[in-house]
Amino acid sequence: MTGLAFLIPIAIGMGLMGLAAFLWSLRDGQYEDMDGAATRILIDEEDEL
Amino acid sequence: MNAPAPILADSPALISTRFTVPGMRCAGCIGKIERELPKVEGIIAARANFSAKRVAIQHDPALDETALTAALLAIGFEAQPVADNPLGVETQERKRLIRALGVAGFGMMNVMLLSVSIWSGADGPTRDLFHWLSALIAMPVIAYSGRPFFASAWMALSHRRTNMDVPISIGVILATALSLYETITGGGHAYFESAVMLLFFLLAGRVLDAVMRDRTRAGIGALLGRMGKSASVIGPDGTTRRVAAGELEPGMLVLVAAGEALAADGAVEDGASAIDNAMLTGESAPEPVAPGAIVHAGAINLSAPLRVRLTAVADDTAIAEIARLMDEAGQSRSHYVRIADRASRLYAPVVHSLAALAFVGWMIAGAGWHQSLTIAIAVLIITCPCAMGLAVPAAQVVASGALLRRGLLVKDGSALERLAECDIALLDKTGTLTLGTPRADIAALGAEARSVALGLAQASRHPLSQGLAAALLHEGVVPAVIDDLREVSGAGLSGRWNGVEVALERPDDAAQSLATRLRIGETAQTITFADPLRIDAAATLAALRAEGIEASILSGDRAAPVEAAARELGLAATAEVSPQAKLAALEALKAQGRRPLMVGDGLNDGPALAAAHASIAPGTASDASQQAADAVFIGEKLMPVALAVRVARATMRIVRQNFGFSIIYNVLAVPLALFGLVTPLIAAIAMSVSSLVVVANSLRLARAAR
Repeated sequence: MTGLAFLIPIAIGMGLMGLAAFLWSLRDGQYEDMDGAATRILIDEEDEL
Repeated sequence: MNAPAPILADSPALISTRFTVPGMRCAGCIGKIERELPKVEGIIAARANFSAKRVAIQHDPALDETALTAALLAIGFEAQPVADNPLGVETQERKRLIRALGVAGFGMMNVMLLSVSIWSGADGPTRDLFHWLSALIAMPVIAYSGRPFFASAWMALSHRRTNMDVPISIGVILATALSLYETITGGGHAYFESAVMLLFFLLAGRVLDAVMRDRTRAGIGALLGRMGKSASVIGPDGTTRRVAAGELEPGMLVLVAAGEALAADGAVEDGASAIDNAMLTGESAPEPVAPGAIVHAGAINLSAPLRVRLTAVADDTAIAEIARLMDEAGQSRSHYVRIADRASRLYAPVVHSLAALAFVGWMIAGAGWHQSLTIAIAVLIITCPCAMGLAVPAAQVVASGALLRRGLLVKDGSALERLAECDIALLDKTGTLTLGTPRADIAALGAEARSVALGLAQASRHPLSQGLAAALLHEGVVPAVIDDLREVSGAGLSGRWNGVEVALERPDDAAQSLATRLRIGETAQTITFADPLRIDAAATLAALRAEGIEASILSGDRAAPVEAAARELGLAATAEVSPQAKLAALEALKAQGRRPLMVGDGLNDGPALAAAHASIAPGTASDASQQAADAVFIGEKLMPVALAVRVARATMRIVRQNFGFSIIYNVLAVPLALFGLVTPLIAAIAMSVSSLVVVANSLRLARAAR
């Protein structure tokens, strides 16, 4: 039973980290242009080598 | 490799301007804009938003909007500067909902984790500990994520109305209160996970609804913005300055360049030109104007500069009068009650009296306060309209996504509901049944004549020249080099080609207004223009008839062309109708209990579009009409109109099936709850299964638009 004392805070802490990451990405505008993100992967980079 | 989005650095010396660029269609376009624009002197960075079809440009303050528009045009994109309000209220609302959804998702997963261990046998102090932990997580999550529902329910109750959010809020609040009581007293059943899960599913429905609205608003916003928003005022000393439309005053003298839209009503003082009045009358043929002629705001000056003495500005213009009519006509639509709220008006009293009955029944049967209350709340939780909350938005989002791929933007869910109910259609002619732009008949021209005609036509902004140039370019004609090109307003274009006099001019016979004469040396040929019906107009009307909707034409055009179109399509027609009369015709139909669908594009259709039970406008329509319409279709085909009605009706069938399923589920689950057999585990399973079934059923609509 003492294992719970570690495991539950870890579980909730990981959940909170996920939530924080989600809110951060939302604030950062990651969901502003979903269609654009899908098409951007097709753009060739034109780096002069 | 994935191309990284350029980062816009905040620098005080730079300013950022946003443009809407409707022509952005593929990855190549994004790449081109973001790579080529910064090569222009003064532009630091450009960032494209593909979903909203917008480009944010960071640039030197020395560059103005005109220069930036020109820079975008130079790389092949037509652009309009976006006015203020860069982040609309709607986007804020969607963000708030997504944040609430994220919080609810976090809460649901963690509380569920604790609940699963309770269900699998944890008891005694462990169960109490887990209940306390659940309460600590669930209470703030419910307080935060439940706000959209609580706020809306409070609004409804304070206006003595009820909506879907009232039973939801009551269910969630009572479930939380009971669970808290159970936790404090060390009882066996806490329903925290049910309450949080309910909020999560319902928020998912709300987010879908908001995403749908934002997506189409962005699409329509990208089409807007062609009206005159400022004018060049000529001062007493002959200098000109730009004045915003709202600051113009009667008596000012303004200079209207060729291609510019008028920002106020006035009388021509000097200059001869032709104006395109399609915005007001729906008439596609240009109208010649000379000193003394009355011109209205919204008209576009086509060929030569005009000096106009303003007579009416701002709220006194003919356009503003139409806008007022539209405002008043649109009022009736706000009284429309959405199907979800209609359902909850029937549903909420039944559920609430069942719960009350369960409480009274168990009290009479001798159960204690605590047990009776627990059972009554279990009834509320199990009947909480989780599937109902999803039934409508899930179906409408799938349907509007399917329609979007077919070129029809539906503004919101209420529009789909009203579209499904229409039983008669009224269509405008010019720009709706027809394309609205004159198309030249070039079959009779030889290769040489075509080349010369294109060389001449592409130099002018006159709609006939543009129609001719478009038809020729479509055939792959290469323009001839014309020297000495001159355009004389009202007369035509002339120039020299290989030393020969060539001209595009008005034909002698003035009755034929939609024609031009091509002269090469001594030979002359007449090119006629037609405003052809959209190619699938007849098929669309047949499809509408198959849905039981009879169509007729209601046009502001002259009688002759309207009758010709009506005869060709076999429709009844009324011509030369004023905007007020269109509005009156719709009001008369509504008074007879009919539900008219209005399809139109011109500003003269605006009040009718706003008053109709549902309305659709083509993407080429005036801004005001697109804003008044429930849906906008893009492209040269009319079929999206019939498709919209068919898909809207299919959507309502699915919505009714979803409701039907929710009711069957409740009929099965409520007896369990009434007899006190519902545990938190059963409530959680029932809730997720019913939600998944409703979503799966709605996904069938993705195929409906094919």
